[in-house]
Amino acid sequence: MPIDLEQFHESFYEESFEGLDVMESGLLELEQGEVDLENINTIFRSAHSIKGGSGTFGFTAVAEFTHDMETLLDEMRNGERQVTEPIVETLLGCVDVLRNMLHAIKDKSEIDEQGVAQMTSALKAHLGGAEESVPAVAEDAVVTSAKGWLVSFKPYPGIMQTGNDTVRLLRELSELADETEVFVNNDLLPSLNEINPEQCYQSWNINLIGGDVSEDDINEVFAWVDDECELSISALAVEEDYIGPEKRKNNRREEISEKRAVERRRSAKTTESSSIRVNISKVDELINMVGELVITQSMLSQFDEGDDFTEVHFDRLKDGLAQLESHTRELQESVMRIRMMPISFAFQRFPRLVHDLSSQFGKKIELIMTGEATELDKTVLEKIGDPLVHLVRNSLDHGIESPEVRINSGKSETGVIELKAFHQGGNIVIQIKDDGAGLNKNKILEKAKENGLITHDERLSDEQVYDLIFRPGFSTADVVSDVSGRGVGMDVVRRNIRELGGAVEVSSTPGEGSVFTIRLPLTLAILDGQLVGIGNETYILPVISIIESLQVKAENINAVAGNAEVYRLREEYIPIVRLYQIFGIEPKSTELESGLLVVVEAEGKKIAIYVDDLLGQQQVVIKSLETNFKKIEGLSGATILGDGTVALIIDIAGLIELYQKDMAGGVVPIKGGGIAA
Amino acid sequence: MANILAVDDSSSMRQMVTFTLKGAGHQVTEAADGQEALNKAKSQQFDLIITDVNMPVMDGITFIKNLRGEVNYKFTPMLMLTTESAADKKSQGKAAGATGWIVKPFNPDQLLNTVKKVLG
Repeated sequence: MPIDLEQFHESFYEESFEGLDVMESGLLELEQGEVDLENINTIFRSAHSIKGGSGTFGFTAVAEFTHDMETLLDEMRNGERQVTEPIVETLLGCVDVLRNMLHAIKDKSEIDEQGVAQMTSALKAHLGGAEESVPAVAEDAVVTSAKGWLVSFKPYPGIMQTGNDTVRLLRELSELADETEVFVNNDLLPSLNEINPEQCYQSWNINLIGGDVSEDDINEVFAWVDDECELSISALAVEEDYIGPEKRKNNRREEISEKRAVERRRSAKTTESSSIRVNISKVDELINMVGELVITQSMLSQFDEGDDFTEVHFDRLKDGLAQLESHTRELQESVMRIRMMPISFAFQRFPRLVHDLSSQFGKKIELIMTGEATELDKTVLEKIGDPLVHLVRNSLDHGIESPEVRINSGKSETGVIELKAFHQGGNIVIQIKDDGAGLNKNKILEKAKENGLITHDERLSDEQVYDLIFRPGFSTADVVSDVSGRGVGMDVVRRNIRELGGAVEVSSTPGEGSVFTIRLPLTLAILDGQLVGIGNETYILPVISIIESLQVKAENINAVAGNAEVYRLREEYIPIVRLYQIFGIEPKSTELESGLLVVVEAEGKKIAIYVDDLLGQQQVVIKSLETNFKKIEGLSGATILGDGTVALIIDIAGLIELYQKDMAGGVVPIKGGGIAA
Repeated sequence: MANILAVDDSSSMRQMVTFTLKGAGHQVTEAADGQEALNKAKSQQFDLIITDVNMPVMDGITFIKNLRGEVNYKFTPMLMLTTESAADKKSQGKAAGATGWIVKPFNPDQLLNTVKKVLG
């Protein structure tokens, strides 16, 4: 029964990539001068596992490449080789090459042979140049031709204490030859009452006749016990035209290459599947909840049978429904937790990134990461990677000053970048903090005026100035560097984060540094929604963005130039957005006093949304508009309500933008906390 | 058929070994490191142990050494999964009480043949 090894490939790739990450972070630690034996051991183990797995699953190129890495690491681990910076650099390079190789194999694309050759020779150079790796399979020694063999086998008394069995060895031996003659030597056998049954007292002489047996074949039988016995093998007679084993080997080689070809053909067809690793306890929790649900269901089904429905029944029905609700919610949370992964998956690439970039920029930087265990949805996790890279690069490039500048301004030579993740309310917050120069307000203003983002006489608060860096087409880099400052920058970061239903803000203190704060929803699938009614339509506002809802007092409404209105709320002027106007629907009333205002905030901007009615709060399952219909500005999705109708979910940040566009001409710029002009 | 304990920190290798052995009708229990394996081996009797050598927490050789000291495992066959080059591992393993080894890389047939050989 041939076994298809391909079914284990996905799992092999997954653990190999994890292993590479482990190696990478371990190597980076080594580079910082922390030579810790356990760390080297861990790196070695990862390399060793990749080598073992790749060999087993037929990725010979990977196995060969890893072999030299393993040798080098083994020497480091045994203390035979000093851990030096060039070696660590080489090994880091190898990790990259290996990662590329595995990606290429996984995607069935070409391996970058040149990169592999380059790193292989770098490895060999460390290992001592001329030394060639020993071929994995020992070449056949001179084939001793024989008609048969005489084998003398004298086991040591303790041979069985390693789980070996002389009977098995003899049986194996007899299977090799056509004919066997066995002579037992019982001379050492003690009398019955002195026998220790755990010991071996016998020895054997065996004649193997015919059957194309080579000396190696015999040695192989005894390979496991060669230090637990005396073994001698001698030829019985010689035949000239003895070609047996050679021929057999050739046949086998052909067979193997044929099998490989079949495997390759088969592999081209399989499609990639994306999988998720789930902690078993999360699955158990799920099963537990389903169990509870089944109990509730059976409790409710009792009402099926009763013919008269009394008040007692009603109470029990109510209890059952309450239970159903709580269990459904718990089940939903458990299912959600399955998709949750620690943010360390997104964080782990940063030590390497910071290491590489800081040497490129000639800056000294220490990276501190906290809250790596904070969990968030897998999809969010995958998509937050790029924006994070951009922000960290930005802090490194623009935030942290060069060592000279830092010393001159009385700071330590080494800059600190802090990556921090934590939960806050129903959100996950990621902060990227640097202790650099902070954002330069004047430079930002200058640039913004230059690019026509603001007019010359506009008066803006600090927050508003800093927020300008997220506007499209903005870049403050004095010199366009390789890394950031190519014009595509913060606006893309903000857009990406918004697509995840999140927001990004920056705060900064001159001379002390900047903090970028990203807020993300825990999941993309469910939202705590406030249902609001406008005319015959129901819309949903994310509860998280709502600050307050209020009844309108006429004296607080101010009309500003054009058709814009603002509402005065505790010394703050907030633009009023009439949702029915934006979406073009018929409201119950257009009089502000007869409806309600819901004050919402996104990215530091507030608006007051005018609605007919507040209907209630509930968790809603988000259905993508993009996949089911098309993307619509100002809406983040749709959901199906309990009564089967569809309600649209408002994207607050998008709505604010839409409103600003509607009011084009800058009549009422939506502002953070300032007084409207 | 035999009750086998398969120990490896690599889950793909574990999957492969388990799948192969189960396909041949054996009962297989998995462990990801020596310590876990030792605990499992003490809680039930296995007929054969197959273990990787390089593992976190407790390596395969220490595991074999510890398990061989248990009275129930005095004569139980214990095989190491090891690479061709690791001659010192083989002798260390033998000294710790290993029955023999399976050289990595191996294919399912080689694994089954060796297991068949050991179980007799």
